[in-house]
Amino acid sequence: MKPASFAYHVPKSLDEALTVLAEVAPQDGRILAGGQSLVPAMAFRLARPAHLVDINRVRELGRLAVEGDELVIGALVRHAAFHKSAAPGPLGSLLSTVVRHIAHYPIRTRGTFCGSLAHADPASEWCVVAAALDAALIARSTRGMRRIAAADYFKGVMATALESDEILVEARLPLLPSDTRVGFYEFNRRAGDFAMAMAVVAYRVEKGVIAAPHVGIGGVESRPRRVVEAERALAGQTPGRAAFDKAAEALAAAIDPIEDAQTDAVYRRELARAVTRRALEHAAA
Amino acid sequence: MMATVKQNVIGRSVQRLEDPPLVTGKGRFANDISFPNQVHMRVVRSTLAHGEIVTIDAAAARALPGVIAVWTADDIPEVPPIDFREGRIPPLEPFRQPVLAKGRVRYVGEPVAVVFAETAYVAEDAADLVDIDIRELPVLVHADAPPGEFEPGRSTEATIVRQGYGDVDAAFRAARTVIELDLSVGRHSGVPLETRGAIALYDAARDVLELHGAAKVPHKNREALARMFGRSLSAVQLYESHVGGGFGIRGELYPEDVLVCAAAMRLGRPVKWIEDRREHLMAANHSRQQRHKIRAAVDAEGCILAIDDEFFHDQGAYLRTHAIRVPHMICGILPGPYRVPAYRAVGRVRLTNKTPAATYRAPGRYETTFIRERLVDAIAEKLGIDSIEVRRRNAVTVGEMPYARPLEALGEEINYDSGDYAALLDKSLAHVGWDALQADARRRRENGEAVGVGLAMFVEKSGLGPRDGVQVTVEPTGAIEVVTGGSSIGQGFETVIAQICADTLGVDYKRVRVVRGRTDRIEYGIGAHASRATVMTGNATHIAAQQVRAKALEVASELLQASADSLDIVDGRIVRKDSAADTSIGLGQIAAGLSPTSKTLGDREPGLSALGWFRSDHQVYPYGVHIAVVRVDRETGGVKIERYLAAFDIGRAINPMLVEGQIVGGFAQGMGGALFEEFVYSESGEPLSVTFADYLMPTVRETPVVEVLLREDHPSPRNPLGIKGAGESGITGVGAAIASAIDQAIGIPGAVTQLPVTPQRLRDILRRHSAEAARR
Amino acid sequence: MTDDMDIVLTINGRRHALRTEARRILADVIREDCGLTGTHLGCEHGICGACTVILDGEPVRSCLMFAVQADGREIRTVEGLAANGSLHPLQTAFMEHHGLQCGFCTPGFLMLAASILERDPEIGDDDLLDALSSNLCRCTGYANIVKAVRAAAASMRGR
Repeated sequence: MKPASFAYHVPKSLDEALTVLAEVAPQDGRILAGGQSLVPAMAFRLARPAHLVDINRVRELGRLAVEGDELVIGALVRHAAFHKSAAPGPLGSLLSTVVRHIAHYPIRTRGTFCGSLAHADPASEWCVVAAALDAALIARSTRGMRRIAAADYFKGVMATALESDEILVEARLPLLPSDTRVGFYEFNRRAGDFAMAMAVVAYRVEKGVIAAPHVGIGGVESRPRRVVEAERALAGQTPGRAAFDKAAEALAAAIDPIEDAQTDAVYRRELARAVTRRALEHAAA
Repeated sequence: MMATVKQNVIGRSVQRLEDPPLVTGKGRFANDISFPNQVHMRVVRSTLAHGEIVTIDAAAARALPGVIAVWTADDIPEVPPIDFREGRIPPLEPFRQPVLAKGRVRYVGEPVAVVFAETAYVAEDAADLVDIDIRELPVLVHADAPPGEFEPGRSTEATIVRQGYGDVDAAFRAARTVIELDLSVGRHSGVPLETRGAIALYDAARDVLELHGAAKVPHKNREALARMFGRSLSAVQLYESHVGGGFGIRGELYPEDVLVCAAAMRLGRPVKWIEDRREHLMAANHSRQQRHKIRAAVDAEGCILAIDDEFFHDQGAYLRTHAIRVPHMICGILPGPYRVPAYRAVGRVRLTNKTPAATYRAPGRYETTFIRERLVDAIAEKLGIDSIEVRRRNAVTVGEMPYARPLEALGEEINYDSGDYAALLDKSLAHVGWDALQADARRRRENGEAVGVGLAMFVEKSGLGPRDGVQVTVEPTGAIEVVTGGSSIGQGFETVIAQICADTLGVDYKRVRVVRGRTDRIEYGIGAHASRATVMTGNATHIAAQQVRAKALEVASELLQASADSLDIVDGRIVRKDSAADTSIGLGQIAAGLSPTSKTLGDREPGLSALGWFRSDHQVYPYGVHIAVVRVDRETGGVKIERYLAAFDIGRAINPMLVEGQIVGGFAQGMGGALFEEFVYSESGEPLSVTFADYLMPTVRETPVVEVLLREDHPSPRNPLGIKGAGESGITGVGAAIASAIDQAIGIPGAVTQLPVTPQRLRDILRRHSAEAARR
Repeated sequence: MTDDMDIVLTINGRRHALRTEARRILADVIREDCGLTGTHLGCEHGICGACTVILDGEPVRSCLMFAVQADGREIRTVEGLAANGSLHPLQTAFMEHHGLQCGFCTPGFLMLAASILERDPEIGDDDLLDALSSNLCRCTGYANIVKAVRAAAASMRGR
């Protein structure tokens, strides 16, 4: 399982990277960041890029910082950076909860947050986080810069709004108000596996009832997204079993489940319901 | 008949001799072996499950710089198909796999062509360029579907194996109660962490063909290769170095082993082949997949009057080196620890367009234990009798040992040598506090948790003979070399042999070097499979060491002017028993005195060395009891094993730590087969489990800490050391015990009829059950 | 198409200057070009962990990197665990606790455990098990690996 040949480019600056990518993208040129998804794909020869643009030496892409009311995550920020709280408040604790579910530690030392988003495996944890929290994805090319809302970014299985000559240079997550309750639940067969279903939820409680609910589901459809039917079932309700069950039911009914060898549509819906309810319970606890 | 061996290290958990190179990165696994000027081989495999080969276009591949040759079947007309390991069976020979596909391909992964190139990377590039045009034929993926056509005039039902005795039909007619079950075990296999590899070189200077990276049965494979290539045995040598796990699937002669040999001779350069993981999951032997339709006739007390079993054995596309030994063994071993007055087993060996199947750790026993223990649970449920009590009533008793059955496995009649199944059952139940365990699980179920307890009993099989020979030699330096025809797949073979030699001879086990896996060091060898190594090679070592000891004492008695009876050997020195402080003579000194040029040799045979042979006419039968406590997540179908006991009577443990290691390792694989591992195929024969993301092996997180109850209550009377084998001790009962526990956890007796119990399948069971309950 | 590059890998403190195609996997270069075959390839797609090495202090899967990406970096492999002729506490512990059978996964586990324990000598047991779930073993059923790592951790803390 050795990769096919490629031309290897190591730009030292973002401008250089963008220029090279613009040249090689038409001949299947790809970005190499963490490589934890791309390299195995190349080992199987499912991916055979003629060019690899290795951005690991582009220091300016390593930024992880709070800017205003957003957490800015640069393209080279590794999963491992989130083991400690990377942002104040509930956002930081949500990210450090979720990161423990991403593969295993040696993958996290190399794999990147933005790399996961660029790869867009529907069962990727950061993708459902980005979708649930309405992240903004910053794409750059020699043609300029775009700010893409998460809802517009995920197009399907391994498909995003990124053009072939664009680099996802940053992901921006909104900081969450300090009284936001956050929850995450994932179901998989083994520790570290991709999720068969996972949910990211966030809500506040105002005057005893749920306000501004976010319910993001991942691993069950071709792309992760907020499920408005579930959010509607929560808004204005007292947080608790009854509301959570209704929201989970609403979500299960609303999704268009993906099937594979180990999970049919009926079972996928059951999992979607289960992880939604459990994520909500996690938030409430 | 127990040998009077003073136990210094036998029975002790001493550290392994094998470990130092392995923990320092100095091991020599197949991929670590390279020869100057070697070429790399890459196999081009069929991407379709069944079809006729129309054309193979290798022009682009051959033209790639760095490519030396590309072969298809037409390039190796002189290479015959690989024979069955244990001898010819002419009616089954048409089903052997050709080394490279001839005319037809019959499974995805079948070798069709082979590339030789300067590097592994280029070889893979070239393999991608080989264009194979195949005219598709209908695909058969289900062994229980009507058979298809293997080739014109030949059905895919290769044969039917049958074993039985007694009047089964009369028993069923007379029976008050009949239980019928339809049970399946999923396709899975050993999947060692090291993929296969083979490096061949032809040493023209000596006219010897060498194959490195051998495993398990080097002597048998050498015989086969010598025959296939028309060479004398001494002109073919196999070398086993370090082996990254075997579990029954490695070491059989595969097409790739033959190809590297043919290529080394023809190309005049060493040829190295290292399998990748994707290849491994579709090309190395699969195992276990069967469907059994089993019936039992029982009386009012739950005693079995007869068993009638028909099973469909999913053999995959070809019969490989094991021919039909596995289905034949299934017929012979299914009754397990129980008395079965009348019995019939019919095994339909069905070829399908999938990877060929063969042995995997406890072959036939993992499957039949699942089948048989489900049957016993069903009997208990149907008659309202406690399932433990049903087992007690049916188990062969210690008073009936040795217990013979007119059935066969591996060429021998089934004859249990010793054992007390009821006693081990008692000890196991006591160990876990069975009544309290059940009460606790019941209480938790009443509180809404899905927790259940399950149990399985089984008899294992080990020590396949008939003979083994070992050469023990003491050097003038005092170091000892034990040359065996054995094999190591990582189980601690060298340490166990060294322990036996050390205690028999009276030396430090760390001074004993054990040689194995070398056809050039000893003419005969049994390798390591069927858990026979400790029994056969261990006993042969004991005999050889006894002979060396006797000779040393005889020489020493003359030198020390004392009778041999009054002497002992302690830490390599011959001493007087009553006054150890007196003059002693080192074994090395004795050896030196026996050198061919020694003036004191006299009429003796030179050398302090002996070749000891052990003969066993009968396999031995260790046995076990497994108990599982599981918790089911009803919503997701997830299963967690909260507690697991593996009880095993091994007769005698040479190194308890190593035995426990085998049991715990076997358990993890058994659990894999019960809950996680499955080779799934699409209806068109496409293998879907070809990465480690699809074929799921347990990590430490999924694997509970196993309690091991190791007993030595019933040594085997069939060998002087009393030993039975441990290699397949931990895996056998796992599928059955977990299935039983899941049934109880979800409150649906007989729910589990298929392994693996995936979350999806468990949810299907629960959903169906709720729907039925709602209808009532 | 070859795209040969000159790179320098520092492995176990020793400089290896070599020339390689960009596509060659780090594990292959360590094994074949630098002659250090202790690092093993079990799957080549980043799941089994047998290829784990320590790169600039962190455990990485050497099958998921190209050698050229490690140019100028410091790598530690199993051959470098023992120091000054003394075995690392992990190596000793694995032998004492029968933490290996075939030994194929062992270098990966040793390097994984070494890097985890060096980073966080006080690591809690649950986190330790999480970390160890990174790698697959097919022989031992894990119990003795866990025992060995716990014992080594205790011994390393005691120093």
